[in-house]
Amino acid sequence: MQITLGPNPFFWPKHKLIDFYQAMAKQPLDRIYLGETVCSKRREMRTQDWIDLAMLMKEQGKQVVLSTLTLLEAASELKTLSRLCQQNEFLVEANDMGAVQLLSSGHKPFVSGPAINIYNGRSLRKLQSLGLRRWVMPVELAAGGLHNTLAQAQAISDLALPETEVFAYGKLPLAYAARCFTARHRNLAKDDCGFCCIDYPQGIEISSQDGTELFIMNGIQTLSAKTYDLIGELAKMQQLGVTAVRISPTQLDMADTIERFSKAIAGESVANSNIPLTDVTGACNGYWFGKPGMDQVST
Amino acid sequence: MELVCPAGNLPSLKAAIGAGADAVYIGFKDATNARSFAGLNFSDGKAQKALQLAHDKGTKLFVAINTYPQANTWERWQRAADQAVDLGADAIIAAEIAVLDYLSNKYPHVNLHLSVQGSATNREALAFYADNFGIKRAVLPRVLSMAQLRHLGKNTPVELEVFGYGSLCIMVEGRCYLSSYLTDQSPNTGGVCSPAKDVQWKTTAQGQETHLNGVLIDRFTEQEKAGYPTLCKGRFQANGHVYHALEEPTSLNTLDLLPELLQMDVRAIKIEGRQRSPAYIAEVAGIWRQAIDLAKQGGTADNPAWAQSLAQLSEGNLTTLGAYHRSWQ
Repeated sequence: MQITLGPNPFFWPKHKLIDFYQAMAKQPLDRIYLGETVCSKRREMRTQDWIDLAMLMKEQGKQVVLSTLTLLEAASELKTLSRLCQQNEFLVEANDMGAVQLLSSGHKPFVSGPAINIYNGRSLRKLQSLGLRRWVMPVELAAGGLHNTLAQAQAISDLALPETEVFAYGKLPLAYAARCFTARHRNLAKDDCGFCCIDYPQGIEISSQDGTELFIMNGIQTLSAKTYDLIGELAKMQQLGVTAVRISPTQLDMADTIERFSKAIAGESVANSNIPLTDVTGACNGYWFGKPGMDQVST
Repeated sequence: MELVCPAGNLPSLKAAIGAGADAVYIGFKDATNARSFAGLNFSDGKAQKALQLAHDKGTKLFVAINTYPQANTWERWQRAADQAVDLGADAIIAAEIAVLDYLSNKYPHVNLHLSVQGSATNREALAFYADNFGIKRAVLPRVLSMAQLRHLGKNTPVELEVFGYGSLCIMVEGRCYLSSYLTDQSPNTGGVCSPAKDVQWKTTAQGQETHLNGVLIDRFTEQEKAGYPTLCKGRFQANGHVYHALEEPTSLNTLDLLPELLQMDVRAIKIEGRQRSPAYIAEVAGIWRQAIDLAKQGGTADNPAWAQSLAQLSEGNLTTLGAYHRSWQ
């Protein structure tokens, strides 16, 4: 089973981001997804910078996929999207149906990201016929739903199944809005946000009035406060035919997390918990078991 | 420009037709639509009655099959699609690829509208649904500013329908999983957000509290009216501040934008609220009917009585222009 590094959801200074990926290039990762998936105003890295970084990662032996913006509203955002979808060097992860349209009409294979809603085998086969080669299943889909989806896909066609990637570690991407919650938190207008997300390299935690950690505001995106962690479910995933597990960047140092996934895949025993000490909000795995996402089911 | 109104039952449908709706949208009695609430929606027989009532008055009837079937529940969605076609609905409002694919292949002449749950916010996404499934119209998520909407209006491959009034989803619809993170249901999977089965109301020393599956969503003083715990409209803490960190309990009201929307050739205005009472629907639909008719004659919707009525009917007695107005964003 492969380990992939998902696109970084946070806004980090360019030099830190480059350092981060330089370090990641040395990690046992099969594939790295690069690109801005949350907010087009985050311009520490221009499109060309991402492509240059992708080349750098490729030279170091990594498979690289360019990830597209999730919520596309402005004409300028479509232009960037178009550029990503037109280049021929790298595979693209589509995070909006607009990207699927550009890639499929250009007869290019693509990966569907977790915000592309595929909940059944019919949708999976339809998108496969349009060029989908791998899908990252929606985060709210459970193991049972994955099993049923693949079984249904097999029942309606003899074609080989596309590859399945499962979001297996990190803050869950839960919602996208027109509104920027981080700018609003700072009493700034979105159009005059001062790119303040850069002050929150792990977002801003939202908790209930009685102190339960709930969400993380990350610009226009809402993430889970808990860290989704399926390290205890790798055997089950293998049984289901999962090709790759995705680790989503949560902080600058991910080496420990990657190492533990790597060992677990190799069959070495690792503790069921994979939370670095710096993360105090704890783990969750509810979605995988068909429970509320925030739940932690002990296995 | 059409006025498209909601109905969760026959009395609401009659209210909408009586108030001058050009079209009424309904759902079947299960999770195939995004207002899958107990006591709401239409059985087969009631749907036929609804169609007859609507067509007798020259009103169109749309059927929403706008949630996401899972592999093991697909048959129910397929049956709903067949049912809606057999019924003779004037349009089917669908969101999911398998549903759209099934309908467009089996019934090539069926009039398909992309639901807001389909989450298409840009020209290329609309083109995807038009090219692959032949949709004629799309209901846009409540995330675009007026400038973005105007631009899209000039480039769109399909007719556009926008929300005019009602509860405000602040996240892009169809891609919000907040509800299933706290409960086991989301609009996509369960046809419901912040499900009533998980709501608890508690009176504590700190005040009236609302909880969703055990999570404290808001706390109200005696002077405040406790509202339903829609989770994105709760008061939470961030960096030591307690506030509506995502959105206030408020409703969308775009009456003021009507002349501009008309000028942009937006083809339909949608009123949210299949869960609302017949009296609510009669009042809201009545105001919008008059406002659209006036706007078509070049008038504005600048009527204090309408504004007051709509404010009183809205969540927290507050209305907003939402994302249409850049400063809200």
